[in-house]
Amino acid sequence: MTEIFGVPTQALFGQLLIGLINGSFYALLSLGLAVIFGLLNIINFAHGAQYMLGAFCAYLLLNKLGIGYWWALLIAPIVVGALGIVIERLMLKQLYKLDHLYGLLLTFGLALIIQGVFRNEYGSSGQPYPITEELTGSRNLGFMFLPIYRAWVIVASLAICLGTWFVIEKTKLGAYLRAATENPALVQAFGINVPRMITLTYGFGVALAAFAGVMAAPIYQVSPQMGADLIIVVFAVVVIGGMGSIMGSILTGFGLGVIEGLTKVFYPEASNTVIFIIMALVLLVRPAGLFGSQK
Amino acid sequence: MQSKKLVAAVALALGGAITSGAHAQVSGNVVKLGVLSDMSSLYADIGGPGSVAAARLAVEDYMKSAKSKLKVEIVSADHQNKPDVGSSIARQWYDADGVDAIFDVPNSGVALAVNQITRDKGKAFINSGAASSDLTGKACSPNTVHWTYDTWMLANGTGGAIVKTGGDTWFFLTSDYAFGHALERDTMEVVKKNGGKVLGAVRHPLNTQDFSSFLLQAQGSKAKIIGLANAGGDTVNSIKQAAEFGIVKGGQNLAGLLVFLSDVHGLGLNTAQGLIFTETFYWDLNDQTRAFAKRLAAANNGKYPTMVQAGVYAGVLHYLKAVEAINSDEGAKVVAQMKKTPTDDPLFGKGTIRQDGRKVHPAYLVEVKKPSESKGPYDYYKIRTQIPADQAFRPEKDGGCSLVK
Repeated sequence: MTEIFGVPTQALFGQLLIGLINGSFYALLSLGLAVIFGLLNIINFAHGAQYMLGAFCAYLLLNKLGIGYWWALLIAPIVVGALGIVIERLMLKQLYKLDHLYGLLLTFGLALIIQGVFRNEYGSSGQPYPITEELTGSRNLGFMFLPIYRAWVIVASLAICLGTWFVIEKTKLGAYLRAATENPALVQAFGINVPRMITLTYGFGVALAAFAGVMAAPIYQVSPQMGADLIIVVFAVVVIGGMGSIMGSILTGFGLGVIEGLTKVFYPEASNTVIFIIMALVLLVRPAGLFGSQK
Repeated sequence: MQSKKLVAAVALALGGAITSGAHAQVSGNVVKLGVLSDMSSLYADIGGPGSVAAARLAVEDYMKSAKSKLKVEIVSADHQNKPDVGSSIARQWYDADGVDAIFDVPNSGVALAVNQITRDKGKAFINSGAASSDLTGKACSPNTVHWTYDTWMLANGTGGAIVKTGGDTWFFLTSDYAFGHALERDTMEVVKKNGGKVLGAVRHPLNTQDFSSFLLQAQGSKAKIIGLANAGGDTVNSIKQAAEFGIVKGGQNLAGLLVFLSDVHGLGLNTAQGLIFTETFYWDLNDQTRAFAKRLAAANNGKYPTMVQAGVYAGVLHYLKAVEAINSDEGAKVVAQMKKTPTDDPLFGKGTIRQDGRKVHPAYLVEVKKPSESKGPYDYYKIRTQIPADQAFRPEKDGGCSLVK
């Protein structure tokens, strides 16, 4: 068997694929963050909590109402997104004129409160959420067993990521959005309701987090701190990709997933620091991130 | 002037005589217990708020049954699984807040730090939550009692049973800190002693979300048994994802070396069924344990007690007994008294505390029930065998503890 650095190539293929799967979670989450930062200039620290809310929403739908995974994929983002809209209308709206830091502090505080409430109610050890029947089982790819659910995660996440990128970068609606962030007064003068558009954008970003939460529910535990564990990494992804750059965060998400996966093979002890090492290096060389534009 | 100085000197001397005299006393007239635990992260359901509730019940029960006049207070804090945070809380408690003894402390890294501080400050440390057998081995202390379980006992109970039933090649998934290393080391020894072979190990950071990469490495090793030398959320995630990657269907088996009731609850019986592991307490052992479980559940959001929380309860009871008996809360003296008196409590039954600080009691090899066998939430275990107290823990002479002569 051929080997690369003492690891059989077959095993390496498996690790690459797993890296891509984890990367697709990073991409989904950082996408939402990038949309919110790029269009609202808000550093949404509540993103992890909203991701957790999505997972809990799926769990509650299943256990209280008997509504399964597929409907949860639709309902949870709508419910959590609506909650995001309420947050934006009641609180975030007041902060647009202030420094980024205020938005960060507010959303960070919100995240702590939401997580605290859920920890109080459900404890920290997590709730079980089964993989939906259509997606159970695994395929033998020759070099590894690929669980069908994981394959679905890659496909769904790619579709959502590219769809979002397309809407924002290539359609008229996206053009309005981008124009509204550059010069809201002018866009408003053209008769477009800018505040409502901003609100909906935040709602959409939050819904993306909730969607990722539902996707994660069957493979990670549904627990109150599931988002807190992930959010720091995701922020690093966004910073490396370039704050606010949508394609940047998608590519970086997948790329870092792969790099982290390989670290788990060659030096597992460093697997949760490697992303931050890369972040430090990137910031030294390109302070605006790999795909960000210098302002 | 002269006479004033003289009076002062006499007063000082008298004062000294009184405090250092035969009348030992409880400092500040209050016995202050500090429950230091993980209140918010991956071990919070194993100890956490449930441990605080267990300590409260213990104080309540002790006051009632012994008709005691002791004044007891409980404080609690979150060590966040960080040894530095845990250390500074312990120092603050001992130096400024008048805490006499610290209880629980899951996370071996934090526990080893608190162990040393407690010894330096002359207080008492009754550990329930941490696993490392080093607490009664090379790090043993005259101020520490290790109550509930340890890595040697887990390795011996679970590892021994599995090797004997044919699981003779092992690969370890190990949590990369003091606890994981100790559990891996102790289990490897048991595996080798029983004629098994260790094919490899991979160390993952504490609190990891995704284990698929590590599981793939374990799969590639072709070992018959994948030993999970981790705990809490890490164990839950590894087991859940192992099912997804078809590890068990592929002919390999998982050995959860440290699994708690709360973990099984979080996994669900569908995923957890058939797992074999070792515990020292299960709520459904007898009438007394059942009664305790109902009371603790009522005080802790409906969650049934883990062995760690049971250990906090029993530890507090025995500690207060010792304080009252010698009318002192001086750490080393209380611990010496605890070792001198045989233990007897409703949860662990009769037992003893050895010179090295190890509390000994029977352990149980349990198997998780199939969903069809369970009558409802928390009805999870079948007891396969009871390991007698004298075989459950590492022989005192093998630990390398300096207190053992």
